[in-house]
Amino acid sequence: MTPHPANPHEIDARPLLEQMLLIRAYEEAIVAGSDAGTIPGTCTSVGQEAAAVGVVNALGADDLILTNHRSAGHLLARGADPGRLLAEVMGRRDGYCKGRSGSLHISVKELGVVLTSTIVGAELSMAPGVALSQGMLGRPGIVACFFGDGAACEGSFHESLNLAALWNLPILYVCENNHWQAFVHRREAMSREHVSEWASSYGIPAHTVDGNDVAAVLAAARVAAEQVRASRRPYLLETWTYRTRGHFEPDDQSYVDPAERAAWLARDPIARCRDRLLADGALNPSQAAAIGDRVATRIHAARAFAEASSYPAADELTRDVYA
Amino acid sequence: MPTLTLYDAIGAALTEEMRRDRHVIAFGEGIATKRHDLVAEFGALRVRNTPLAEGIIAGTAVGAAASGLRPVVDLLFAPFLCYAMDELVNSAGKLRYMSGGQFAFPLVTLAMTGAGWGVGAQHNHNVEAWFVHSPGLKVVMPSSPADAKGLLKAAIRDDNPVLFFIDIGLLYQPGDGPVADEVVPLGKAAIAREGSDVTLVSYGKTVHHCRQAAEALAAEGISAEVIDLRSLKPWDAATVLASVEKTGRLVVVHEANRLCGVGAEIAAVVAEEAFACLKAPIVRLGGPDAPVASSYPLEQAFVPQPEAIVAAARRLCRRQIA
Repeated sequence: MTPHPANPHEIDARPLLEQMLLIRAYEEAIVAGSDAGTIPGTCTSVGQEAAAVGVVNALGADDLILTNHRSAGHLLARGADPGRLLAEVMGRRDGYCKGRSGSLHISVKELGVVLTSTIVGAELSMAPGVALSQGMLGRPGIVACFFGDGAACEGSFHESLNLAALWNLPILYVCENNHWQAFVHRREAMSREHVSEWASSYGIPAHTVDGNDVAAVLAAARVAAEQVRASRRPYLLETWTYRTRGHFEPDDQSYVDPAERAAWLARDPIARCRDRLLADGALNPSQAAAIGDRVATRIHAARAFAEASSYPAADELTRDVYA
Repeated sequence: MPTLTLYDAIGAALTEEMRRDRHVIAFGEGIATKRHDLVAEFGALRVRNTPLAEGIIAGTAVGAAASGLRPVVDLLFAPFLCYAMDELVNSAGKLRYMSGGQFAFPLVTLAMTGAGWGVGAQHNHNVEAWFVHSPGLKVVMPSSPADAKGLLKAAIRDDNPVLFFIDIGLLYQPGDGPVADEVVPLGKAAIAREGSDVTLVSYGKTVHHCRQAAEALAAEGISAEVIDLRSLKPWDAATVLASVEKTGRLVVVHEANRLCGVGAEIAAVVAEEAFACLKAPIVRLGGPDAPVASSYPLEQAFVPQPEAIVAAARRLCRRQIA
């Protein structure tokens, strides 16, 4: 028996909506700052909020996360402070990585978000070792490894799945198939439609879920995480979603098919979640407005915190190179 | 003192460290096949064979090291490290710094290289300088079984990623056995032979070529000091500088390509720090900018031989800077 409902209809999506709104507002603050020249550009996760929030909320406190450059959703859903994240993006000393990471590789060990890398596929190469430690050191948590369809075309994806299956490693592989591999559409780069199709060749169970339906993602991720936990073996969950902004801010997206993007914008995960909650009567308009106000207040405070944080001193240039 | 080979010394170091620390594990390409004794003592979970997939072996070591284990991985031959460059250079070498010090990567990568087996350039390529040039990594290359054991023990206990290069030509040559449980600190050179006229700095098999050269030079009345670097990063500049301040002459010798090799850094530092002591120009002897051939005479010709070292030292001792 699972401790939480795995039926999407029984899930209370209100806290999930708030997390998604926080992620969207955080990314939009960065986009605005990038446009104004006050914040470095980033790889935003706009459009993919449900895929991140649904999976992260299926994880327990003991579980570990490896992620990549498009990580704001994972970090914020895990409880990262948007102020310290923004400080990191802006290269300030109060950032989670003392300003040495910038946006692309933010790890927050205290939250179990470890070894974030922007090298596409590196998260896949390191996940087996993290899972091996969990098992050999008797730790209960499983390892969730977030990557995209681009990383799935790297050799490290295939090597990682092979080893995880061979060594019985408790890894929940989460492929956020957002259709874009930097500036290349996945249909130009992948021999198959779905990344989940590749898992079966390694004997790894896999499932593709609508990545823009937060309750569906959470339900599927609970099933997947529970299976990894019980079997101590890998599982691959593919969240079918779409990167609605560019690869990296700024990006005019002139290479994007407008019809495809419009179709996905019509399936916006936040609008879908809010509309369903309103339609079901689980949320009324004034409650929805209150959530929006809370999120706006947090992002405003985060921006103020980050801007007030100083830059690292020059003598920190060579600190933390060696242990 | 017992005699043993460098191969045995590595096994002895692994055994002692795995006994000492339950977090030490070993995996790689055939390590469980070749080292039955380790499997017998520590079990199939701590000593594992892997697929021949250097990227995932190294990546797994990186992930494990950051999460509490102390992996030693065997990637067999140094050119295979090309498949593991991202994991070693971008992950192990950088993620401590890039995360603001949140992680440490206590891992050791074993790789063989060098002339001796005629295996050709895709198994024999002395690539150690690549890793010296990459931040966050340490690099060692022993010349004797005793140092191999002591350095490997130190490398396993070190909290940083260490590239441990094994000279193929020395692997099965018996040598003096190390004292039990002796640790050779990283970053400390050894004076293999004392001398006063010229300093010969080397590592790996060419240390032995320098010793042979020093014997021949002694017969000519030239006293050569031989320094075995042992660690290439950090390298023991103090010992090298002290020697050059005494002798006033320096020959740096290694099997790796001379171009941008470790010797270039040593020569530059000596020129910067001890220029006033130099009585003659610094000489670097190293391999050519060419892949290593498999054919025995060509493979040997790649490596600075004792005769070339003698000739270089003799030339330096006969000339003075005006």
